[in-house]
Amino acid sequence: MTSNGARGGAHHPLVELTLARLREFVREPEALFWSFFFPIVMSIAMAIAFPSRGAQPVRVGIAPGASAEALRATLAADTTIEIRDVPPDEELRQLREGDVHIVVRPGNPPTYRFDPDRDESRVARLVVDEVLKRAGGRTEPWQAREDAVRIPGSRYVDWLIPGIVALGIMSNSMWTIGFMTVQMRLRKLLKRLAASPMKKREFLLAQLLARLLFLGPEVAVPFVFAMLAFGMPIRGSVLNIALVAVTGVLAFGSIGLLVGSRVRTIEAVSGLMNLSMVPMWVLSGVFFSSSNFPEAVQPLIRALPLTALVDAMRAVVLEGATLGGIRPEMATLAAWAIVPFSIGLRVFKWR
Amino acid sequence: MTAAAVQCRDLCKRYGDVVAVDGLSLEVLRGECFGLLGPNGAGKTTTIEILEGLLAPDSGDVEVLGLQWRRDERALRQRLGIQLQESQFIDKLTVEETLRVFRSFYHRGKTIDELLSLVELESKRSSWVVKLSGGQKQRLSVACALVGDPDLLFLDEPSTGLDPQSRRQLWGVLQRFRAGGGTILLTTHYMDEAEVLCDRVAIVDQGKIIALDTPKALVAGLGAPKVVVHEGTLEDVFMSLTGRHLRDE
Repeated sequence: MTSNGARGGAHHPLVELTLARLREFVREPEALFWSFFFPIVMSIAMAIAFPSRGAQPVRVGIAPGASAEALRATLAADTTIEIRDVPPDEELRQLREGDVHIVVRPGNPPTYRFDPDRDESRVARLVVDEVLKRAGGRTEPWQAREDAVRIPGSRYVDWLIPGIVALGIMSNSMWTIGFMTVQMRLRKLLKRLAASPMKKREFLLAQLLARLLFLGPEVAVPFVFAMLAFGMPIRGSVLNIALVAVTGVLAFGSIGLLVGSRVRTIEAVSGLMNLSMVPMWVLSGVFFSSSNFPEAVQPLIRALPLTALVDAMRAVVLEGATLGGIRPEMATLAAWAIVPFSIGLRVFKWR
Repeated sequence: MTAAAVQCRDLCKRYGDVVAVDGLSLEVLRGECFGLLGPNGAGKTTTIEILEGLLAPDSGDVEVLGLQWRRDERALRQRLGIQLQESQFIDKLTVEETLRVFRSFYHRGKTIDELLSLVELESKRSSWVVKLSGGQKQRLSVACALVGDPDLLFLDEPSTGLDPQSRRQLWGVLQRFRAGGGTILLTTHYMDEAEVLCDRVAIVDQGKIIALDTPKALVAGLGAPKVVVHEGTLEDVFMSLTGRHLRDE
């Protein structure tokens, strides 16, 4: 009755465990949705919300007054200005909401009402001032030659997509691995596996491997989408992009493993996941540059795994950086892959 | 090599103020089926999990197949089959895929086809685990325990929650394993299960063994007159020893 072949027709445990994980994943349609469609939906939403900066018109409100008509005619001549009438009791609200960037009160001289702390308002002030003074007869000492260029890859959306891909790698790796381990612990499957001769290291490695096999489409789909829909340039080699992505999965997979290593409830693991991910959503420069934060916290921000992944991904995709150019980021990610995995393996609760 | 498949002396395990196992000693011989019988909370599961090397006792010695957990865990796991109470497999894997995962951990053992026929699940080979009935899930669980051709099988309440037909099917699987020379240590709170399957039974209460013998001798030792309408059962033995019912739900 005993065996034919070393494992009775089964593959190496690492292969069987990885296959089991993959099968479970593809048989779960929601998981597929989050991995593939979420980044696309996110990219489209972002592209709509943040169109290229250059196309933004200057919105000028005109207060009622004796010479309001003349003022309107002068400003309307400039095509970058959008004009609306603003009654006095509406001025503050419209400025606050960004409906108008500046309010001009007719008079001699006119009055500009704007918030100098807002970039759009400062720009609006310069544009309005320039147009009105020129109409008032100011003579220019000289006219600079303008050399307008359009640099592909410099738009907000180009900057955003690599960040979104990095964010997807973080969320998918941490959620699937952290969540899965807690679920298997709840179902006492981890305990059952620990009662078998399975090597624990192989089990944990298989979870990471299964993530890697799904990584290709997860990264390729949003990038190809962005190339086709927004004409985003991909300057780095596919190999380098893949290496960055793989290192990212190993880093976040091992963090996910650590986060889920001892937790017994879904609620607790969700809380811990959010606690570890939300600060990185904000700090790591996915949606806006992390240089907005004070100099003192910059070293801390650079040490975060998401910052390293976002920066490395942007450097490779947008600037065509080689591995040599992203050595510090890759080193940070490698550290995040090794340290939490080793701790996780040690403190992991199998029951 | 000792004749005992399992040997433990003076096992103690406490959780805070609760003493789960209180100086328990027992010996399971090779080739026998040994039952730990007792109500919920008697310490059966804690005892069997210590013997399975899943829990460390606070004190006491354990020897399984002549080996010790601390020294020989890797070798020992290859030779044991373990079925846990309430452990669930992955819902969306098929029966065959689940067995293949477990089979891959063992150096020796049965083929998937042999296992499927042993537990009578051939027709469910390609069904997802989530679609199986309670009895089928339990037989899959036993198949996963038998996957490495174990010398010793640990079963924790194998037939709890099963309908009578599923229980009888499960007993058939276990009797075939015994016929092949295997040793079984099981816990149960069903006296009929112990009477059908076990050569010897230890009655456990409050972390201690309060009686140990063959089911027949235990019932005979009851001293109850055999002329009454029904013959004594292990339930009667338990009641006369503790004054409580075995199944206290």
